[in-house]
Amino acid sequence: MTDLADSTASAATTTVPAREPLLKVEGLTKHFPVRSGGWGKASVVRAVENVSFEVRPGETLGLVGESGCGKTTTGRMLVRLLEPTSGKITFEGEDITRTKGAKLRKLRQDIQIIFQDPYASLNPRHTVGRIVAMPLQVNGIEPPGGVKKRVQELLETVGLNPEHYNRYPHEFSGGQRQRIGIARALALKPKLIVADEPVSALDVSIQAQVVNLLRQLQRDLGLSFVFIAHDLAVVRHFCERIAVMYLGRMVEIGTREQIYEKPAHPYTRALLSAVPDVTRLGSASRIKLEGDVPSPIDPPSGCVFHTRCWKAQEKCSAEAPKLLPNPNGSTSACHFPETGKLF
Amino acid sequence: MSNTPAAADSRSPGTEDTAVAVLQPDTTAAKAFVGRSPGQLAWLRLKRDRTAFGSAITVAVFILVALLAPVISRLYGMTPTAGFSDKLNFEGLPVGYLGGISGEHWLGLEAGSGRDLFMQLIFGLRTSLIIAFAAAIISIALGVVVGIVSGYFGGWVDQALTWLTDFMLAFPFLVFALAIIPIINTALYDVGEEVPGSFRITVIIAVFALFGWMTTARLVRGQVLSLREREYVEAARAAGAGSAHILFKQLLPNIWAPILVAFSLALPGFIAAEAALSFLNIGVVEPTPDLGRLVYYGRQWLGTPDWAYFMIPATAVFVVVLAFNLLGDSLRDALDPKAGK
Repeated sequence: MTDLADSTASAATTTVPAREPLLKVEGLTKHFPVRSGGWGKASVVRAVENVSFEVRPGETLGLVGESGCGKTTTGRMLVRLLEPTSGKITFEGEDITRTKGAKLRKLRQDIQIIFQDPYASLNPRHTVGRIVAMPLQVNGIEPPGGVKKRVQELLETVGLNPEHYNRYPHEFSGGQRQRIGIARALALKPKLIVADEPVSALDVSIQAQVVNLLRQLQRDLGLSFVFIAHDLAVVRHFCERIAVMYLGRMVEIGTREQIYEKPAHPYTRALLSAVPDVTRLGSASRIKLEGDVPSPIDPPSGCVFHTRCWKAQEKCSAEAPKLLPNPNGSTSACHFPETGKLF
Repeated sequence: MSNTPAAADSRSPGTEDTAVAVLQPDTTAAKAFVGRSPGQLAWLRLKRDRTAFGSAITVAVFILVALLAPVISRLYGMTPTAGFSDKLNFEGLPVGYLGGISGEHWLGLEAGSGRDLFMQLIFGLRTSLIIAFAAAIISIALGVVVGIVSGYFGGWVDQALTWLTDFMLAFPFLVFALAIIPIINTALYDVGEEVPGSFRITVIIAVFALFGWMTTARLVRGQVLSLREREYVEAARAAGAGSAHILFKQLLPNIWAPILVAFSLALPGFIAAEAALSFLNIGVVEPTPDLGRLVYYGRQWLGTPDWAYFMIPATAVFVVVLAFNLLGDSLRDALDPKAGK
């Protein structure tokens, strides 16, 4: 994996210039109403609660957290597959939270999504050519040289044989299918791609290929990414900035170095210490969290992490911490942020 | 590495190279290869199935005979309504054995009326198949529309349609048909006035369609419910596709297989139900030829020593229904090989 290490180093040296954000999310919240039984008590699942972040042009933002923390829900709200309960999404300076009709269609061309499961994300009854041409077709776009030529270009861009135009999805492997999904997302020349765990369903050996492809596309096409994942190694390899989520809330956001080397939030520390690493075999530095993630139907008071935090004090259960810059450089939501390096 | 320069440019070197070799087989092989659609794969499975082959041939013969009934009638030299009372004995039974089967009358004669049974049978088959096909097409179409609307739009629309489906399923079909068909016929035609056969047939088709769509609606609703959350549907929505595109281009190609199976299994159901109604003398009545009516008519001669004119139409109904059922089963196996038998 020399390639992996090499690209990590090269990306680390490039500084992120302060540009106008492409995407700005403020106080994004999604509540799902649930009802236990036909006449049961109605309650809400607080899937995403007051999440804010920015993505600059050409930047990749990693969204990490364990299963059920609201990463995917956030991603779906960005591409407007789910309607936010409250909050504001600004894209290129324009409020897109409630955009409808023709404007929404136009917007959808700029923000596309790559899905997690390459087996569920391609229509089994359509040929690859039809799948990749679908976004062009539904938007009535006639590319110069014809749809077929454009589709074949796209297939070549993602490293597939353009001759496979007439094949069906079931004739491809998982990695190839994910490439088809990527080609479909690229068809409308988007500015931002929300990648919802694009490699987690793939074989480890294929993961690196797909991540490298995404990197390549980002460089060549100047794309911005919101990269949703639970695999911290993949995120470290791919993302310049990383946001950590826990139980629907954002607990910490910062650059790759800040998050991976000097995390301030106890949850980030615990998450990172859980990454297997041969250099730390048998080490005592592994932070073990007690108990389970609380239910998002009835989240704990104050800081939602206080039920599992080893540093929790009375203040933590009484008052919800705000996302504030901390001494380690990142922005975290913790009353007692950690200082110093992780290991 | 035999990859083309253009392909190599678009990817980073190193880990990608192995993938390139896999993804780029030599182009001549790629050109010779033609992708097989799921439909083509199902066709291949169907062709290997012997039951399917046998039942398909039987069904095809029956359909062909029904379609060509007037032509056969001309070649045979008889009409279905022509009576040959001179070939009946004093009791009204056909002269000869097995209902008077002879070179002239291939399946013998009908007792009492003296009509040629072969002609009655093929024209009766025609009536039965017309009713079954029309009822199946209308009821399946109705079920598909209700199911798609219910499953895709959800909410109160779904609740109302599901309630309607349950309501209709709760009706005892035969009892209701027994009640409503004579009522419709007598309401629109005066006492003593002849109800035309075509009108009777239309009423039967309408009643079948009214009571036949529910299972399809449920089936399609379930399919749509599970498919509409698939990621490829979300991908289409994220690309800006409207409901029409999602329903007809994304969902429908994935549910036509169960719809086709439902259709092929509804057909024999309707043939049998129509025969039952006519046997109860509320469906197709004299003089329109019909399989169920033939059985009904032959029934009164069961006490006589020779009852071929009862067995022949009854066997015909049995074979038609069995062949359609077996074909429907084979079709289901071919289209959904994962479903348990």
